Amino acid sequence: MSRAFHKLFPHPVLTLILTVVWTLLQNEISAGMVVFGIILGVIIPWATSAWWPDRPRGFHLGKMLSYTLIVMWDIIVANIQVAWIVLTVPNSKLRPAWVVVPLDLRQPEAISILAGTITLTPGTVSADLSDAGHSLLVHALHTDDPDAVRDEIKQRYEARLKEIFV
Amino acid sequence: MTVDLILTFAIAALLIVGAIFTLVGAIGLIKLPDGMTRLHAPTKVGTIGVGAMLLASMINSYVYGEGSMHELLIMAFLFVTAPISANFMAKVHIHRRACDQPPAPPRDDTWSTLDTPEEDKEHVETTA
Repeated sequence: MSRAFHKLFPHPVLTLILTVVWTLLQNEISAGMVVFGIILGVIIPWATSAWWPDRPRGFHLGKMLSYTLIVMWDIIVANIQVAWIVLTVPNSKLRPAWVVVPLDLRQPEAISILAGTITLTPGTVSADLSDAGHSLLVHALHTDDPDAVRDEIKQRYEARLKEIFV
Repeated sequence: MTVDLILTFAIAALLIVGAIFTLVGAIGLIKLPDGMTRLHAPTKVGTIGVGAMLLASMINSYVYGEGSMHELLIMAFLFVTAPISANFMAKVHIHRRACDQPPAPPRDDTWSTLDTPEEDKEHVETTA
């Protein structure tokens, strides 16, 4: 039963997202379009599963939602901080730095979400991954203490992502 | 009536906020000294600038029209794609040695952008 389910829905979360996106694209909710969205949501993950063979084993949707809210809040705060830095700190006093974040996460999906989060939040851009995927290279716009930036990324985001992808 | 008025002010405020952040992003692009720091201004300030304007558009459509959820999709697509373009630009800067070289990673050999296969090495040095 579970095997047949996985064959039909290789990526259940992707199915859900595709259905919701299709329905939003219509800009109005009608039964026909929701059904068509579900059909797309089944066909697309099934047809593309050859290029995405390993699915994350466990995925907590509820924790992902609270993570999204935290990140949204951080983005707003980050924007104000970065705007302040851009407008008030002269270039000569700007202290950009490389920050190396050792990764405990192993799933590629989790690492890409972490990298995306880092780029969207406080003055940091994720720039590169080491060749075997054990560290993430992050560029900070203005920091006096790169270690504090690294610890914050690990505690605030990576710890939560570890609970989402189990 | 009063709700309409409040929402109209909310739309105006969001448009102003969006415009201010977009302006700061543009200023940052001009002002910041090198490629890597310049990357920070548009990726960050751009997201909230566009986000606030889209929120204003959404409220406006609900107050004066039929209501629209397309803006949520635009925001979602923007948030998914912005880090990828930023990552590509950062990789280009590292690859062309256009910025300070990053420290070596603690556990692995090198960063994947600098991980040139042995047979291509000479070629890279001559073009760089």
